[in-house]
Amino acid sequence: MSHYSALSILRHGLSGNRHWTRAWRDPAPKPSYDVIVVGGGGHGLATAYYLAKEHGIRDVAVLEKGWLGGGNTGRNTTIVRSNYMMPGNTMFYERSMRLWENLSQDLNYNVMISQRGQYNLCHSPAQMDAARRRGNIMRANGIDAELLDRAEMMRRVPYLDYSPKARFPIHGAIYQSRAGTARHDAVAWGYARGADKHGIDLIQQCEVTGYIWDKGAIVGVETTRGPIRARKVALAVAGHTGHLAEKAGLRLPIETHVLQAFVTEPLKPLVDSVISFGAAHFYISQSDKGGLVLGGDLDGFNSYAQRGGLPIVEHTLHSAKALMPSLSRLRLLRHWAGVMDMSMDGSPIIGKMPVEGLWLNGGWCYGGFKATPASGYCFAWTIAKGEPHPDNAEFTLERFARGYQIDEKGAGPQPNAH
Amino acid sequence: MLRIHCPVCGPRDETEFTYGSDATIRRPEMAENDPKAWLDYVFMRDNPRGPHREYWHHVTGCRQWLVVERDTLTHEMSGTYLAREVVA
Repeated sequence: MSHYSALSILRHGLSGNRHWTRAWRDPAPKPSYDVIVVGGGGHGLATAYYLAKEHGIRDVAVLEKGWLGGGNTGRNTTIVRSNYMMPGNTMFYERSMRLWENLSQDLNYNVMISQRGQYNLCHSPAQMDAARRRGNIMRANGIDAELLDRAEMMRRVPYLDYSPKARFPIHGAIYQSRAGTARHDAVAWGYARGADKHGIDLIQQCEVTGYIWDKGAIVGVETTRGPIRARKVALAVAGHTGHLAEKAGLRLPIETHVLQAFVTEPLKPLVDSVISFGAAHFYISQSDKGGLVLGGDLDGFNSYAQRGGLPIVEHTLHSAKALMPSLSRLRLLRHWAGVMDMSMDGSPIIGKMPVEGLWLNGGWCYGGFKATPASGYCFAWTIAKGEPHPDNAEFTLERFARGYQIDEKGAGPQPNAH
Repeated sequence: MLRIHCPVCGPRDETEFTYGSDATIRRPEMAENDPKAWLDYVFMRDNPRGPHREYWHHVTGCRQWLVVERDTLTHEMSGTYLAREVVA
């Protein structure tokens, strides 16, 4: 496996780029492994990578029913940030942010992290107060946050609707300068290449259809490519967690919902940061190819269909136009949908399950992409050591029974409201 | 756009309705003091990939609560009932 560098680009360029080797192998599954990670998205691949890199566990297979990064890893709006304030969340997402900042170097793969900053807009004095509180909690934890008033926003982001006719007047914003975007496919590919380099088998087109049981414990999985045994089976299949947990006899505090995202036709540089609307669920950034990337609300009802409905298209574009009237004549190039594990408190679950031999990483709601590095890091730690890392210690399944939900939004047990 | 066949108003657009929740969940008796029963009621869901019974409120129509049987993978609906008639 060759090391990527400016020199290697030059050398391969001179020989017509004919001699690049593939970035990872395509092995057939072995009959047994130490650890099987189910799900070859960002989280599963990151888990495998950190199992090898941090804990020396290399007898690992990642099983993917389709192709690597073909699920929600390739369907999100690529935003990374760490502006969380609930105990249990704050330092987990900050760990993720710190891993993002060095990820391209760590993986020797350009994940195109761009710390262009994120504005969360406030549209009322009450929202400004809430933003001030959030910012103070972030700063007390060593995370950067700035509170900006209306005049400063008009100077920095002049193309929003500040007119007296604006449906939701902009009072200010909370800004995180280290937030930004990353190229989502490259994150999956970088982790895949890193894991493969450590000898981990990445097995695609291999769907898990059930478990192999021995005296009430899970000792492997049945797949479309035959049975594979393992000491530990780790699920990282957010979106389809409920489906695979059910086969293990688990009932979870998770509903599956569909979330849409959109890209407009390409424009000259316009939006040089990430902007989140505070009056409705809406966020916008501009990709390096020039397309504006937009996202909005869930469709609102339980769905496993990886396609969304038109009412949310209209709602999202209403939000876009209320925020940036200049977008009104743009055309959408593409829109798509992914299925989310919406947990009952809006926070994820990482940990050992009550079934022996089974480990779960799921319930990511909207926030899975930004969490990818810390999710893999903490899940690998939990699997390797049999106990959680301090940063994911609160993400237990038991928190619901104990009444310790981590409800960042304060929406209550309504998955479609988080 | 889903089209929901309201038993009162006939086929109507999804936008006239508000989604409720899983319609198979039953609140325990108030005297129930097993925390597991309340945990199941408040938090745990079957979350099926396939047929799902769910509440919808025809909020800008007849304002009735409905129970809709819908496939969560295909959105195909196999039945719509007035909630008060099918939920004991």
